[in-house]
Amino acid sequence: MTEQMTGAQSLIRSLEAAGADTIFGIPGGAILPAYDPLMDSTIRHILVRHEQGAGHAAQGYAAATGRVGVCMATSGPGATNLVTPIADAHMDSVPMVAVTGQVGASMIGTDAFQEADIRGITMPITKHNFLVTDPAEIPRRIAEAFHIASTGRPGPVLVDVAKSALQASTIFDWPSELHLPGYRPVTRPHAKQIREATRLILESRKPVLYVGGGTIRARASRELLALAELTGIPVVTTLMARGAFPDSHVQHLGMPGMHGTVAAVAALQKSDLIISLGARFDDRVTGNLDSFAPHAKIIHADIDPAEIGKNRHADVPIVGDVREVLLDLVATLTTEAAAGRTGDYEGWVAFVAGIKSTYPLGYDEPADGGLSPQYVIERLGAIAGPDTVYASGVGQHQMWAAQFVRYEKPNTWINSGGLGTMGYAVPAAMGAKVGMPDTTVWAIDGDGCFQMTNQELATCAINDIPIKVAIINNESLGMVRQWQTLFYNERYSNTDLHSKRIPDFVKLADAYGCVGLACEKPEDVDATIEKAMGINDVPVVVDFRVHRDAMVWPMVAAGTSNDEIKYARDLAPDFDEDEASL
Amino acid sequence: MSRHTLSVLVEDKPGVLARIAGLFSRRGFNIESLAVGPTEHPEISRMTIVVAVESSPLEQVTKQLNKLVEVIKIVELDPTNSVNRELVLVKVAATAETRGQVLDTVQLFRAKVIDVAPDAVTMQITGNSGKIGDFLAVLEPFGIRELVQSGQVAISRGSRSISERSLRPVTVPVPPVAG
Repeated sequence: MTEQMTGAQSLIRSLEAAGADTIFGIPGGAILPAYDPLMDSTIRHILVRHEQGAGHAAQGYAAATGRVGVCMATSGPGATNLVTPIADAHMDSVPMVAVTGQVGASMIGTDAFQEADIRGITMPITKHNFLVTDPAEIPRRIAEAFHIASTGRPGPVLVDVAKSALQASTIFDWPSELHLPGYRPVTRPHAKQIREATRLILESRKPVLYVGGGTIRARASRELLALAELTGIPVVTTLMARGAFPDSHVQHLGMPGMHGTVAAVAALQKSDLIISLGARFDDRVTGNLDSFAPHAKIIHADIDPAEIGKNRHADVPIVGDVREVLLDLVATLTTEAAAGRTGDYEGWVAFVAGIKSTYPLGYDEPADGGLSPQYVIERLGAIAGPDTVYASGVGQHQMWAAQFVRYEKPNTWINSGGLGTMGYAVPAAMGAKVGMPDTTVWAIDGDGCFQMTNQELATCAINDIPIKVAIINNESLGMVRQWQTLFYNERYSNTDLHSKRIPDFVKLADAYGCVGLACEKPEDVDATIEKAMGINDVPVVVDFRVHRDAMVWPMVAAGTSNDEIKYARDLAPDFDEDEASL
Repeated sequence: MSRHTLSVLVEDKPGVLARIAGLFSRRGFNIESLAVGPTEHPEISRMTIVVAVESSPLEQVTKQLNKLVEVIKIVELDPTNSVNRELVLVKVAATAETRGQVLDTVQLFRAKVIDVAPDAVTMQITGNSGKIGDFLAVLEPFGIRELVQSGQVAISRGSRSISERSLRPVTVPVPPVAG
């Protein structure tokens, strides 16, 4: 199919052909030609208030739907404002295509108005990127960008298009095939490695399924459930994998890591076999690496070979798509079971179940009768339920949202895990709601995070994107304050935001055309959440005014061993004694 | 730390050198020497990269390099089964009295004189880094006025080519245009 048109028309035509139905963006000088044909396109363009919002919205859209999220910005500052979401998408393997305008080809390199070398800037934080100066290349580069972003280990791809290419006349020629000689992701696991993994699983006595975000991206939850139930092996789900395995499942020990459950941390520490599925042995999970799971052999399955052995030696490396790996393991283990060979994990399962019941997640109510943030989040999760999509910012509220909302389904928990980007929640929730218009979407945000990106409430109100926002307002940069409490002698340097005084979040919501609610008493929490649940025509913002001294527990202090986990301040769990009986 | 020579086949596209250099620097690897040039295939360039690292970080950097979309193939050359060469151009002070000795050195190392001035001689030498180091050590006392050295290039011995199997066309079907 070939047709004569402008480069701008070719760009929009290409985005349509690649399957984009939504673009989050802001026009400006260099990208301006593309916005003209966009008016006549089937693609819905959502005009955001800041390019960072466009990027996080594209991430939220992608994380909720599994499809490629698309954002668009002009050259220079428009493009540099996308840098944070692009880096975020890179760390969390989010399929995203960012299209930026660039100054005209003859101006590149002259320090022209609104010129920035965005291809150079984003080289370390994209899966791949392109600068297009020849309009004839536009369809092929867009097709490649979508292919690269969505296959293998997903990630962000940036396509920077010179204004001169957008303005020039060209032929639209959608490619029928791509030539990417250096890009051949391996998805099928090696049979020998599967056999070896099967052997280790049957031989082990204390195995754990260590489930990471790759399991979500690979849409492998059903296969994970099959493997877990076939073998009875306990499961832990990382921050990026919350929802990959039902929280209600008896084998689920919760989240491992710095703020994980005692059971999940202990299970990894004491295991003799860790079966890692799309996880990357991140420092927030392993704590001090040298003392992490000292007696465990490692089966490491990941679609990215560079993750295998990066932090921890893998005894059985498996390069492949997690879903395919799980299907193969279920097949081999089913065959083994039919021949009477199954693993013996009885003592181990009882041991971890004992820890799980001895050290459940919990929190103390404030002595003064004030509102505890954990209670708000727990009630929100209970009332909104497992079909709701939850997006969070970064900090204490994020950890509580990971701990106290009960996730039952994949793609219902959206957060910034790797980069830890404050301000992620509101625009990510907006993107998720656009992608899943019939699903309730709650942003669980902190008062600090919310003030970084809340301008997108205007976008939500104007474009009929009725998200709900729960601000967990402790008038502080809470996680930093927690560290100051624990490690800096309660010297609270620059963490007091005064957010119960300024701004007035209810008025701010109102000013943005949203419904604003406030709640500061435990007895009002349920009614407030239910009221918010009943408002579906406009966005709702609830200011939950919580007490500021709540801390996130359990905790493994940064850089220390997971063996040093504290269940609460100055309270170390004792699981070594129980283990002696194993 | 040991020296490793990587031969990297890359698509000849703008920015590919920056991608590779950037990857080495942000992952904390020092490049000792880097040479880039065309190959027998017009669309493919070959980089010869010499790094000094332990073997486990080398594996990590190789895997990271492989993730670059424009990197087609990486081969670590076995030092016992490959040859490597560098090129040096060096300008040495040489008066009427010392010129003879300088020219003797050129003869001994099978180097070549490429320019002569009343008070200087400019030479070229190719070889591995050991030979070049020895040559420069002998010239040092005469006074090295200027020196320029290429990155190392290297190739395996025998008849096999690292590029022959990496160029099979790999095509990915694209969904037809919507509508």
